[in-house]
Amino acid sequence: MVSARESAGSVPDPEFPALTIADLGILRDVRERDGEVTVTITPTYSGCPAMAQIAVELRRRLAEAGYREVVIRTELSPPWTTDWITPDGRRKLAEAGIAPPPERAGPVRVTLGTRPAVPCPRCGSQDTREAARFSGTACKALYQCRACLEPFEHVKEH
Amino acid sequence: MSENESEFDAYLSLADVTQDDHRWAFGTGFADPLAGVDAPIPAGVDPAALAATCLALGDDALIYSHRLQQWVTRAPELEEETALANIALDLLGQARLLLTRAGQAEGCDRDEDRLAFFRDEREFRNVRLVERADADFAELAARLLVFSAWRLALLQDLTADPDPVLAAIAAKAVKELTYHRDYAAGWVIRLGDGTDYSHAKAQAALDTLWPLAAELDLGAEAAAFLDTVLAEATLRKPDAPPLAPVAGKTGRDGTHTEAMGYILAELQSVARAHPDATW
Repeated sequence: MVSARESAGSVPDPEFPALTIADLGILRDVRERDGEVTVTITPTYSGCPAMAQIAVELRRRLAEAGYREVVIRTELSPPWTTDWITPDGRRKLAEAGIAPPPERAGPVRVTLGTRPAVPCPRCGSQDTREAARFSGTACKALYQCRACLEPFEHVKEH
Repeated sequence: MSENESEFDAYLSLADVTQDDHRWAFGTGFADPLAGVDAPIPAGVDPAALAATCLALGDDALIYSHRLQQWVTRAPELEEETALANIALDLLGQARLLLTRAGQAEGCDRDEDRLAFFRDEREFRNVRLVERADADFAELAARLLVFSAWRLALLQDLTADPDPVLAAIAAKAVKELTYHRDYAAGWVIRLGDGTDYSHAKAQAALDTLWPLAAELDLGAEAAAFLDTVLAEATLRKPDAPPLAPVAGKTGRDGTHTEAMGYILAELQSVARAHPDATW
């Protein structure tokens, strides 16, 4: 039997289908007690439209794996941060042509100002420019590589 | 179930009918945004004061989000359009959480929809700054700058609120507002320090908005940030007098400008015409 954690961790993120909710750090905790599974998830952004979708998919996968009693909890604090994206998740983002967020220590600076260069996920060049601070979803920015000229998305530090 | 069917399929979960929350499109079938959150109001927190704080901040976000949404399909470039839609979505998310918390704190069983769609104008507690329809892109940038600088400082303080739910909502919002403020500051500087024409537009926008900004009670940090941006943008801080209260009342007391009625008519008409509809 697949463990509840494995089953819950396999749910893909609706906005990054190449990554699971475990890769993104959205899955906080899975506990199994007396046949009841309690899954704790966290929203990435206040307006994240994917939460309901993730809950449905969690219940479906857990039911398939034989877990019928499922409680889904939402934990708001501490707030999700891009630091919780796992090394595996960062690799999968890059493979999907999306530049992962910068690795850093400490909280998000209140003033963003000038940000470090984002290397192109296709050719690796550091010579890239931000085309737009926001992209198809709130968590990404739109960049263009000056070396290979390809546009690409970048998961913003959050 | 075949291997193929167990693969993730957005349409499959849209069609999910095992729960009592049918979805007709991605992002619909809204559940209570605080569903699954442990949310008792701690001892020592005054529920009425908590409800009032959440309602005021929720209303600011809801009404301003609506104004930003009106730019969708009208922005000058696709990049600005996605930025504005994303900022509006962030604020709508904050509004949903805050209104839900307000409803829990007041204890009258009003959920986010009840509060958003079935209150009348005088029951809304948003500041009057968020009501005005933007006349042009310069006004959009100037208002977003003032609003996000003010709200960021306000919510930064609330991250230490004794109510853990409000503190958590604030902590998430702070990260979002940092990006909103950054975006607005970039445009105000670009317009102000741009051509004579864009400078004139940006100054006119500030002059128009300034009387409304007085209601915000900008703290020292937000005021200093605005001063820095305006200096960089070569724009003059207006010294226009504040928009007068009406019979001593402003937006926070439920007294609004003419624009508010038009927003609510648009925002609420569908929900009021079909009060039993679910979506």
